[in-house]
Amino acid sequence: MKPARFDYARPETLDAALAALAEHGPEAAVLAGGQSLMPMLNLRMARPGLLLDINRIPGLDGISLEAGLLVIGARARHADVLASPLVRQAAPMLTEALHHVAHPAIRNRGTIGGSISLADPAAEMPACMVALGATLVAASARGERRIAAEAFFRGVYATALEPDELLLRAEIPAIASGWTHGFSEVSRRHGDYAMAGLALALRREGARVTKARIALCGIEPAPRRQHAAEAALVESGAEAACVALSAPDAMEGAEVTAAHRLHLARVLLRRALAN
Amino acid sequence: MNETLPDDGWIGRSLPRAATRRLVEGRGRYLDDHAAKGELHAAFLRSPFPHAAFRISDREAARTLPGVRAVLTAEDLVPACRSWRTQSLAFAGLVSPVQGPLARERAVYQGEPVALVLAASRAIAEDALELIGIDWDELPAATDPVAALEPDAPAVHQGLPSNLAWRTEFGGGDVEAAFARAALVVEDRLVFTRHTGVPLESRGALASYDPAAEALEVRLSHQIPHQMQVHLAELLDLPMGRVRVIAGDVGGGFGIKMHVYPDEVAICAASRLLRRPVRWVSDRIEALMADIHAREHVMRARMAVDAEGRILAFDVDDIQGLGAYSVYPRSSTVEAISALRTVGAPYRFDAYRARLRSVLQNKVPTGQYRSVGHPIGCATTERLVDLAAAARGEDPLEFRRRNLLREAELPWTNPAGGRMAELSHTATLAEFERLLDLPSLRAEIAAMRAQGRLVGLGFAAVVEYTASGPGAYGPAGIPVSAVDTVVVQLEPGGDVIARASVAEIGQGIQQGIVQVVADAVGVSPSRITIHTGDTGNAPHGGGAWASRGAGIGGEAAWGAGRKLRAEILGAAASLLQTTPEALDLRDGQVVDATGTPRLALADLAATVFFRGHELPGGLQPQFTATHQFRREEDVFLTTNGLQASLVEVDPDTGLVTPLRHWVVGDCGRRLNPLLVDEQVRGGVVQGIGEALLEACRYDPGNGQLLTGTLADYLLPMADNAPDITVGHVETPYSGSALGAKGAGEAGTCGAPAAVLCAVNDALAARGAAVTEMPITPAVVLRALGTLP
Amino acid sequence: MDHPDEPTAEIALTLNGEPIRARVPLRQNLVDWLRHGQGLTGSHVGCEHGVCGACHVQVDGRVVRGCLMLAVQADGARVETIEGATETGRIRALQDAFFNRAALQCGFCTPGMLLQAAELLATNPAPTRTEIREALSGNYCRCTGYHAIVDAVEAAAAVLRA
Repeated sequence: MKPARFDYARPETLDAALAALAEHGPEAAVLAGGQSLMPMLNLRMARPGLLLDINRIPGLDGISLEAGLLVIGARARHADVLASPLVRQAAPMLTEALHHVAHPAIRNRGTIGGSISLADPAAEMPACMVALGATLVAASARGERRIAAEAFFRGVYATALEPDELLLRAEIPAIASGWTHGFSEVSRRHGDYAMAGLALALRREGARVTKARIALCGIEPAPRRQHAAEAALVESGAEAACVALSAPDAMEGAEVTAAHRLHLARVLLRRALAN
Repeated sequence: MNETLPDDGWIGRSLPRAATRRLVEGRGRYLDDHAAKGELHAAFLRSPFPHAAFRISDREAARTLPGVRAVLTAEDLVPACRSWRTQSLAFAGLVSPVQGPLARERAVYQGEPVALVLAASRAIAEDALELIGIDWDELPAATDPVAALEPDAPAVHQGLPSNLAWRTEFGGGDVEAAFARAALVVEDRLVFTRHTGVPLESRGALASYDPAAEALEVRLSHQIPHQMQVHLAELLDLPMGRVRVIAGDVGGGFGIKMHVYPDEVAICAASRLLRRPVRWVSDRIEALMADIHAREHVMRARMAVDAEGRILAFDVDDIQGLGAYSVYPRSSTVEAISALRTVGAPYRFDAYRARLRSVLQNKVPTGQYRSVGHPIGCATTERLVDLAAAARGEDPLEFRRRNLLREAELPWTNPAGGRMAELSHTATLAEFERLLDLPSLRAEIAAMRAQGRLVGLGFAAVVEYTASGPGAYGPAGIPVSAVDTVVVQLEPGGDVIARASVAEIGQGIQQGIVQVVADAVGVSPSRITIHTGDTGNAPHGGGAWASRGAGIGGEAAWGAGRKLRAEILGAAASLLQTTPEALDLRDGQVVDATGTPRLALADLAATVFFRGHELPGGLQPQFTATHQFRREEDVFLTTNGLQASLVEVDPDTGLVTPLRHWVVGDCGRRLNPLLVDEQVRGGVVQGIGEALLEACRYDPGNGQLLTGTLADYLLPMADNAPDITVGHVETPYSGSALGAKGAGEAGTCGAPAAVLCAVNDALAARGAAVTEMPITPAVVLRALGTLP
Repeated sequence: MDHPDEPTAEIALTLNGEPIRARVPLRQNLVDWLRHGQGLTGSHVGCEHGVCGACHVQVDGRVVRGCLMLAVQADGARVETIEGATETGRIRALQDAFFNRAALQCGFCTPGMLLQAAELLATNPAPTRTEIREALSGNYCRCTGYHAIVDAVEAAAAVLRA
């Protein structure tokens, strides 16, 4: 269970990294936290010609909150984002969700950008980015590009990133007054990938929900806004929202069927709205 | 014949294990921590298919990769190693084809080794595996044990008339009559999914064949080095004296490391062929596909009960998934026999019938795994018992109380053929009720239920067959040692060295043996050093299986220690001009009847070893003593216990959370209660894993293993294991000096049954029940009708 | 992996307090290099896919999976293994508690478990049993059933608070 051979580069600057990606893009794999890539390498399921280690590039791991915008550098470690008071203040959904991401040692090394770029359908961060309306900023030698999270996730391990692009940061509108955030999931064991997960942002007036943003993980190949359920929630309430959750592309599995996943999503939404 | 032990002795004390001081500092020496000069690293090419014909068309590309020394196939190993076939006089007619270290022409399970690369590093060896040209012709595979019995099922092996490896029927009493007169008959069908042991240190071998000496020295991560010495000598056609097997620190066994696997044999053969040391350490992917699996059973069972609520009879039918071969040398069928012999074991009943069909499959062999078969028999029994209690509208513990064997009825050979002796169900039940504090527990449960929580309490009564004697494998014609040997020697400084045939795999038997020797000789444990696990150093004996170390190894240690003590006191008496009877040996001091020190053991030893000219004529002290213990009575030592599990079922998600667990056991005399408790706790969590999480799943279509990583094969982790309360009743075995029986597997024996019963107690409120393990969320949601 | 064809790189790091330089195969992970390149066999390899926690080591003050980091990535880092942590005495209370409470059996998981527990106690000196279980939820132990481990971490925390 040892990796196949690869070349290794550890650029000291972003420009050097982008130049390497421009040259080697399709054969290169970006090594950030490595918590998903390294197992794939060890299993020889990933066989990049070049490992591009971005851990030396300055400025990729910042967390800031300015003018109502929370900016999380792509290489910010899960543990740092989890512990960040800025994140807790501006996007409590992320703080809640990160409790579900793997285990302490993994979170010490794993990065937000890695989770987003990998786009594992069961992972928490992509669904959160969609529900939070994040903008994902990528760079290549050709320049910077801003991609709405809703347009970023394309399928199982598939994103809008081009082979020569590197994710730089996520820009997240800070939670506005009257809004609440929630994240919950069902997994067999704590820290496992979710059988179903729910990222939820709500605006309430009194007991009534006036706006909602809902995204799921672990259900379909890519997270997306559950617009019908959001509308049903505002118009008709919790039960209608649960019914309106949909997963036409829900993944079938040996242990967990598509119907099972959708059932769990509805359970999560029902519970979240009952709180 | 129990010895009277000193009140202030070491036996029975909860001492920490001396050896773990090394382990907490990272100074353990496990297999992969050793290296041999000039070693080659091995990697196996394994069948990616459950069943396929193959032809190796090109190994030149692999062979010529820089760093690669050899690419070996089955034919290459023929001069270095024999093939084998599992046979047992106990299982007449058992069908298990000839097996070799590498498959030849046809692979019959996924993960079966078909070629072997030897290279400068494991990484290069793995590079070379990808360069081997091999033409696979995938064949239909039989994986489901029930379907594999159908006449049109694919043949697991070419040329066999069917996939039935063995069938038997046994029992006693008049089953038909018992069911005819029953006031109540309960029945169910229980499905147990394969799982596996997953010791954290995987298997491995570091083999060094010396062609000049024609001798093999091999380090293994194994539970029974002496057994491997026997079989490696047999398979490599070497005298046993020229095979040395060394198991150093072993990172867990659980039965996984008590078998002869093709892999280790191939590594030894390769070392012989290449005349160089060869190292192989199984990676986790190899381990999950090629370590033995266990406990694939479909049990149909019914139980007859009379109008007074007394059990009359059991009638069970077991279809056991065996895998592609019956595991060598003990045979996988032992698991099913063990399961069927355990049905009903805690209870009084009149009649029994068991039918077994052991079925070949295109899967890795199943085999003996912690508490072999017992959890299957126990869960089957306890499910029926709960059904009967429910049908009668009575408390499940009251039904058990009525039917548990009473001490006055013992010894008794039950209709399943199990000899029940020296059990303490009544006392254990009393202690169990005290420990659980049932009235307040029931109130707690009622309060939780009043909040709408779906909680359940489940019980399991347990009888386990432990510490197998010579009658277990001897009559089967299988060379399995049921004796243990201990050698103790006094060193010149007054220290004692013990060498024992038991094997340390983390259970702490070294500590137990040291405490026995300490009392037997009369020295402090801190002055005793113990060696196990090396056939070049430790005398022949049984190793670690069947919870045998205390009950068998402990006896050998006691005997050897008493002999050494007698020699010491004899020599001391001669020097002190008194009689041995007037002296005692306490904490390394020879003392007189008043307890006054007369001679330090260190001085005595120095005199004997270094100043022999001072000794009186005719005094020839023997400061090395040995004792070999073979139990003549009782093929097994039966132990008993009760377990309870409190679980919460989330009816929406189907998740089951174990909240608390209780165990009261009677394992006879406990050499070290602390270590016994932790054996029990660890065993319970392994059983909870069995009940709720662990499954080796195969694609029903193509037979591919679906649980090939630890992300898919779910083990209990710290936050899904409950706190476990442990209590004891001690009924020392009367047939030995120390009275110890087995404790190491008791937790695993009953925990799955207790959890199953607890889940069903919870689900009863919804009119639902589960009959499949592991009890996954999907199983629960199907039972509740939430999922189709 | 000492084959002339194997691509390597030079690294310099602080290992258990000592500055060292070494040439490492590019594809070798940190724990394999520590074990086989440096003879520090106290960190163990249990799964090589980041699930079991037996390979835990501390890098720049944080516990990480040694199988999910390349040795070459340790260039410039401060790496501490169970051997180093033992030498400094910083995990002594935990080691004593594990020893006394029989919170280990085969011991294969123990070094990784101890380092993770030490990280917990460094940030939370009085964890609840639930918090201990959560913090250790990425460290697999097949032997103990975890109960004694939780007891031992509680006991060590009490000693350290006293």
